[in-house]
Amino acid sequence: MKKFKLKHWINYMILLALAVPFSVIAFTGTVKGSTSLMLTQIAYSIVLAVSLNLVVGFLGELSLGHAGFMCAGAYIGCFTANYLHTVIPDPTVVLILSMVVGGLAAALFGFIIGLPTLRLKGDYLAIVTLAFGEIIRTVFMNQEIFGGALGLTTKKYGKTLFVIAFVMAIFTVFVTQNLMKSKHGRAIQAIRDNEIAARAMGVNVTYYKLAVFVIAAFFAGIAGVIYGHNTTPVDYGFFSFNYSVEILVMVVLGGMGNITGSVLSAILLTFINIQLTTKLSGDLAALKYLIYALILIVAVIWNNAPALRKVRARFGLQRLIEIIVHKFKGHRLKEEGGMEAPSTADWSKVPTKIPMDALLSTDIVPEQSVKEEGDKK
Amino acid sequence: MNTLINGLCLGGIYALIALGYTMVYGIAKMLNFAHGDIIMVGAYAVYTTLALTGHTVPAVIVAVIVCTLLGVLTERVAYRPLRGASPLAVLITAIGVSYLLQSVSQLIFGAGTIPVSIGNWGTLELMGISISISSLLTLGLCVVIMVGLSLFITRTKAGTAMLAVSEDRAAASLMGINVNGIITLTFAIGSALAACASVFYLMQIPAVSPTLGAMPGIKAFTAAVIGGIGSIPGAMVGGILLGVIEKVCSSIPVLAPYTTAIEFGLLILILMVRPTGLMGKTRREKV
Repeated sequence: MKKFKLKHWINYMILLALAVPFSVIAFTGTVKGSTSLMLTQIAYSIVLAVSLNLVVGFLGELSLGHAGFMCAGAYIGCFTANYLHTVIPDPTVVLILSMVVGGLAAALFGFIIGLPTLRLKGDYLAIVTLAFGEIIRTVFMNQEIFGGALGLTTKKYGKTLFVIAFVMAIFTVFVTQNLMKSKHGRAIQAIRDNEIAARAMGVNVTYYKLAVFVIAAFFAGIAGVIYGHNTTPVDYGFFSFNYSVEILVMVVLGGMGNITGSVLSAILLTFINIQLTTKLSGDLAALKYLIYALILIVAVIWNNAPALRKVRARFGLQRLIEIIVHKFKGHRLKEEGGMEAPSTADWSKVPTKIPMDALLSTDIVPEQSVKEEGDKK
Repeated sequence: MNTLINGLCLGGIYALIALGYTMVYGIAKMLNFAHGDIIMVGAYAVYTTLALTGHTVPAVIVAVIVCTLLGVLTERVAYRPLRGASPLAVLITAIGVSYLLQSVSQLIFGAGTIPVSIGNWGTLELMGISISISSLLTLGLCVVIMVGLSLFITRTKAGTAMLAVSEDRAAASLMGINVNGIITLTFAIGSALAACASVFYLMQIPAVSPTLGAMPGIKAFTAAVIGGIGSIPGAMVGGILLGVIEKVCSSIPVLAPYTTAIEFGLLILILMVRPTGLMGKTRREKV
């Protein structure tokens, strides 16, 4: 019999815990309009964060154009929905169909962007995705057919949109999680950890990079369609670089390459975000970005600074969880050291370059060996 | 003709900003995403000093000092702890710093656009076309600064040390070069250039807002990548190219709404053909 593993099910449990009670309320009684808006927003934030995590956390490439894919999905999907409403009477069917269309449209854009990225890496890739995101946005903004600068008006779905949105969030988590457990997922993570080694082991790097981009864009497109029906008219200003960074903040806060983390931080940040934007007005709204900025800086330095490695192993969240779990199971704790999760990979470094640079640089004590022992396991 | 001169002028500003990006990339091997926002801080420094004293010269001096200190400070606090960490981590931190600067200045000065009048010296009639003197001044000073920077890097000891660090950090530290010091110096010079750029920017578009630096920052970054990031002449060429294209595009009505898209499209095109940018191969000149 297969053993029940908490970590395989926790994501679904979180999502259901959030979605089911409200769905019951929504179908039996009344749910407040603002609550339903917030739940929808949380759901599509989860879709976005999990799909961006696929690129940033698992493939190890930085994409700054996620909002651009979302934009493509939103415009094309909502345009399709507006048309389909005249043909198909059932609004739920229309929504699902338009999600498929929006997702595929975004995936097509992902494919187009993926093609040149095959030659680029790291910083160059980041700037190209940023550029593409802006291009997509500008192009859609200037199409009269999509409403031009006024935006595209969509049909309102009322208070039950969040149920469909949560179904999509669960679907996204399901696909991502199972993809990462499969042989394809291992190949993708191998590319992140060392592209050359992965290539040498027979992993088709080009194929997988492109696939990850297309899948992530597909989900971003779906999120775009949900957004488009939650907030009408579809506003091109929303899909700016700032929103891409917002999604990135969610991924970074949750932990790169950690799906549960992405889900939790998407919920938390969206909640905080809505609270802040409704409570603060005018210039104080900048506080939101101040908080984002601090989260980014502190989280990244805490997780990556070479000098903090010892402190982290001692007091980090991972260690804390491990202590609790082991207490719970009555096991004895492992000795520390090697606690370091195989974190973000050094993808820009060719193996032959690592030792010289890292060992001789004035800031780094040669701790490389400690980390490698941890990774071996 | 006027468009061309405006383009060259804007290109000069982009080139100055791009120099900051490219120097930091060459030496610290990181993208300083917050560079554009240092320009914004410089612009606010100019605005504040102008409001207090009413003279241009102290405003420029204060802007340069503030930006230099800020550049050094961000390097110290945000980037130095991550030396040796993955480039992705550093890039994300830099985005964080950029947001930090934007939101702090919005909290201090408000989100609105504040008009700043700096250097309106009228126009000059030359061979039948009128050129504003501030444009000429911008163009001239940009050239002077670029030449000065090239001389600094090739002729002085500190400049050679920078070249050495960018070539091989480990070997440079074995030769007794203070690598951390050189990186700090690079940030200081880059930020001082950003301060100059902010002054010129205000001459062209006389208004400050917290998001002032974002777009020129991204554009200049694009320029640096087009020219081949890490290469100083590349940054100049890329900056001027981008500035001219932007002005020419926005002067043609059909293309005007797509100006940004065209600029980024050019970036993608060039990266597809030459993944290291136009002058990326000429590694000898990189800093």
